[in-house]
Amino acid sequence: MSDNNPIVLTSSPFIQSSCSVSSVMRTVIYALLPGILLYIGLFGWSVLVNILITVVGAMFFEWLMLLLRNRPVRIYLFDGSAILTAVLLSLAIPPLAPWWLLILGSFFSIVVAKHLYGGIGYNTFNPAMAAYAVLLISFPLEMSMWSMPVDEAKYLLSFTESVQYALFQVLPQNIKFDALTSATVLDHIRTEVSSGKPLDNLGVSSILGYVAGQGFEWVNLGFLTGGLWLIYKKIISWHIPLAVLAALAVSSLISYAINPSVYVNPFIHLLGGASILGAFFIATDPVTASTTPLGRIIYGLGIGFLTFAIRSWGGYPDGIAFAVLLMGMATPLIDYYTVPNAYGERV
Amino acid sequence: MKKLWTFKGGLKLPGFKKISNPASVNKIPIPDNIILPLRQHIGEPAEPIVDVGDQVYKGQPVAISKSLISASVHASTSGIVTDIGKYTIPHQSGVSEMCIVIKTDQKDQWHPNIESNLDPDNLDTEELCARIREAGIVGLGGAVFPSAVKLKATRQIDTLIINGAECEPYITCDDALMQNRADDVVQGILLLRRLLNPAECIIAIEDNKPQAIDALQVSIKKFKEKGIGSVAAIDVIPIPTIFPTGGEKQLIKVLTGKEVPRNGLPYEVGVICLNVGTSAAIRNAIYEGIPLVSRYVTVTGVMVQRPANFEVLIGTPVQDVIKAAGGEKSDRYEIIMGGPMMGQLLPHQQIPVVKATNCILVQDIKSENEANVMPCIRCGSCASACPMSLLPQQLYWYAKEKSFQKLQHYNLSDCIECGCCAVVCPSRIPLVQYFRFAKSEQREHEFKTKLSEQSRIRAQMRDFRLERIKREQQERKARRKAERLKKKAASDKASKPLADKELSAG
Amino acid sequence: MAILILTLLALIFGIALGYFAIRFRVEGDPVVEQIDALLPQTQCAQCGFPGCRPYAEAIATQNAEINQCPPGGDDGIKAIADLLGREVVPLNPDNGTANDNLRMVAVINEETCIGCTKCVQVCPVDAIVGAAKQKHNVIDEYCTGCELCIPPLCPVEDCIQMQPVEVTISNWKWSLPVQPNKESVA
Repeated sequence: MSDNNPIVLTSSPFIQSSCSVSSVMRTVIYALLPGILLYIGLFGWSVLVNILITVVGAMFFEWLMLLLRNRPVRIYLFDGSAILTAVLLSLAIPPLAPWWLLILGSFFSIVVAKHLYGGIGYNTFNPAMAAYAVLLISFPLEMSMWSMPVDEAKYLLSFTESVQYALFQVLPQNIKFDALTSATVLDHIRTEVSSGKPLDNLGVSSILGYVAGQGFEWVNLGFLTGGLWLIYKKIISWHIPLAVLAALAVSSLISYAINPSVYVNPFIHLLGGASILGAFFIATDPVTASTTPLGRIIYGLGIGFLTFAIRSWGGYPDGIAFAVLLMGMATPLIDYYTVPNAYGERV
Repeated sequence: MKKLWTFKGGLKLPGFKKISNPASVNKIPIPDNIILPLRQHIGEPAEPIVDVGDQVYKGQPVAISKSLISASVHASTSGIVTDIGKYTIPHQSGVSEMCIVIKTDQKDQWHPNIESNLDPDNLDTEELCARIREAGIVGLGGAVFPSAVKLKATRQIDTLIINGAECEPYITCDDALMQNRADDVVQGILLLRRLLNPAECIIAIEDNKPQAIDALQVSIKKFKEKGIGSVAAIDVIPIPTIFPTGGEKQLIKVLTGKEVPRNGLPYEVGVICLNVGTSAAIRNAIYEGIPLVSRYVTVTGVMVQRPANFEVLIGTPVQDVIKAAGGEKSDRYEIIMGGPMMGQLLPHQQIPVVKATNCILVQDIKSENEANVMPCIRCGSCASACPMSLLPQQLYWYAKEKSFQKLQHYNLSDCIECGCCAVVCPSRIPLVQYFRFAKSEQREHEFKTKLSEQSRIRAQMRDFRLERIKREQQERKARRKAERLKKKAASDKASKPLADKELSAG
Repeated sequence: MAILILTLLALIFGIALGYFAIRFRVEGDPVVEQIDALLPQTQCAQCGFPGCRPYAEAIATQNAEINQCPPGGDDGIKAIADLLGREVVPLNPDNGTANDNLRMVAVINEETCIGCTKCVQVCPVDAIVGAAKQKHNVIDEYCTGCELCIPPLCPVEDCIQMQPVEVTISNWKWSLPVQPNKESVA
């Protein structure tokens, strides 16, 4: 090497932690497992069929888009982000959805919401929630047919029967579709409220379960466990989940205290619907959430309050998807105004 | 129990300290040649005072610093000066700077002027500072700031911190110094106490070095019992092992709760921070008259046969140091000067050990597959790890675009390039390299802006000058023409009345 | 009634505008200053204009495209485009190529210099010193690298040429990280 030739070399640091994008995504999927297992246990195999179909669809579209965009397929295909999007989307879609709904959802989330916006790290909107919003608005009927919990269902579809239904919309003989579906607790409350019935009379019922919807309350507790484990593993920070749940709890508490016959008690808000899933897994999606500590709290508070608002006063039973999408739009602004003080700046 | 504060960010890293066994320090054979760069410190390079062919002795000054922020260079062993020219210096760029090359005679003879001084208490602070300056002592923690300049305190110092933290993985040279030469360190601290007269004096050591903590406490007790340094105590404080607690700014926050203001010096909050090695070097300079000619260097890494700590002469080529540690294990290695977090990759082995070299790390070359960089997923882990509370993610985006105004808004200049953000990034983005790129681009941009401003003014001045010359030429021409006309008119007038007279006469 | 009010308003605004146009008049065109501030001031005339200021004036009066300046490079074009709200166009290759690398300065070989003062006179920033029949010398700090002084202007062969500035610690630049698997990092 001659003396006067400036040589360009790589820079420090020369060690790396073992954490990678795929390990992060993998950990999040593991954290979803307790909730998913409870879901399957309490509501049957259809959920699993949903997940499988959506994952297959998502992986196919991801592979297709990577080829079209000339990206190194092997690295990006198995980074886990497509699988995670697919799992979250399939959890948001009712278990008895037909296959084309799931494939459409995975197409929209991977191709449109993710790759057309630039691919991983560049998407402005949460892909799973964007796809869910599209499906909800385009197919309101299919998207509101949730299953009955196992205890209540008069019939439980076996795995093959679930697959058969998903692919061919064929049910076993003598089973009517209505026998398998029921409304979720939030749906139920919405219909009760719009028909003017006071809510005080809702006690422990088949739909309400003990606290927040039979079956679903357990599933959400499963997700809560997973979410707390994620915080412990430092994959997500506590700011967003705490802010979302706190905003939801406080706003529902205040409104419940003011008018219990119209507004639901906080437990139903917290443990019903997709609040826990949303707070720990969807709102914390790193690409679309705020990144500064104060910004995260503001972001979470916004989501919590918007969810409450849409649930109570909006046109949809569960508002968390829209709340996440709306606050996602505000993220760059929130980030710009919440830059933390650097060391030595305050003096 | 001293109260400790914490700083935001930082990482717990695996230490890898035991492999270089700081309990003992080895000597290495005198190399054939030593290469002494004229600038081994922050500031102006020193100027050589010897010529090619001169015989020099160990400890003899071979280059003297003329400016204030500078340090002298001394021959670390005896021999003949064979060259004063440009050689590669230990910098990532691989550029060359002026160095003095000495061919050693293996005799290691001290210069006759070097003599010990057993009664330094007679020296006043002026004299102490002068001797420290003459000895070419600079900060041995890696920042190599000339110590004599740092010690000229003109305000009251509240806290003197002696930094024995050594937070970077693999490096154990300070640990080795504290375990093997604790007395030297403490004597140096006592001198510094006298020089600076601080309200409190703390030696900060990370708690993964219990032997060093013990060794220093034993030594301090010894001195107290002898009645020396009976002025207020020196406290040895163990601090939690988090990288980069050993960084000056973070250490000051941990020990005093104060933050050094941006673009400011620790001195402004009443703190002075020196490395344990610097303290020992100061002691050697004052008590034994020895200038800075050698230092402890850790040679370690997965690719070196026998990792250990060595006392190395300044100017020894890295090749000799690695040979003393048994050589490399195979051909696939890279050499890093410094630690794995903030070290510099060296282009070849003929680069000398300089005053800043605390560690030679011989590691395996990163394989191609390991370094797959994914796009940023905005997870924010980097911001949680940053010890300066910056937002590395934003800096990354703007560094790629070279948006200098935005980089200033997000405080790029505060980045200490510690590497915490790049280590935690799940997308494996080489963040520190982006920041270094952005900083050097910014520097160039500022230089170009200054140059273009200067050029604009010079071009304007030139235009004015040319115009003025043209104008003056025209004025001169006009004046001359007017004069000519006047003369012509005058001569006409003179000749005209004659004509009239002739006419009237005739 | 409405016509009256509107006419009155128009009158009031007209008077106000006229007053402000006179009272707050700005000498010269500030846009030209702003464009000039973005140009590299090399004064090399590669854009076809005799200096950076004339080129700035031409851009401001829409007499020239913004992509004529090679020393400014793509960064310069982008900056001017941002300022004026115009579209970014690639650098016009007819004028020369942008030099992304080291700064080049003119260097005179004193042994062959004949002291003709041609380069002294042409240098747009007076960076060359020397009198007639005396050796000339380029002052590095002032040289903009405009290349107006090199042959064919200089009549002597091997006398003045462009050389890159020496790389030192203070001007060495880190490069962008390069992906080992050759894919550009998105």
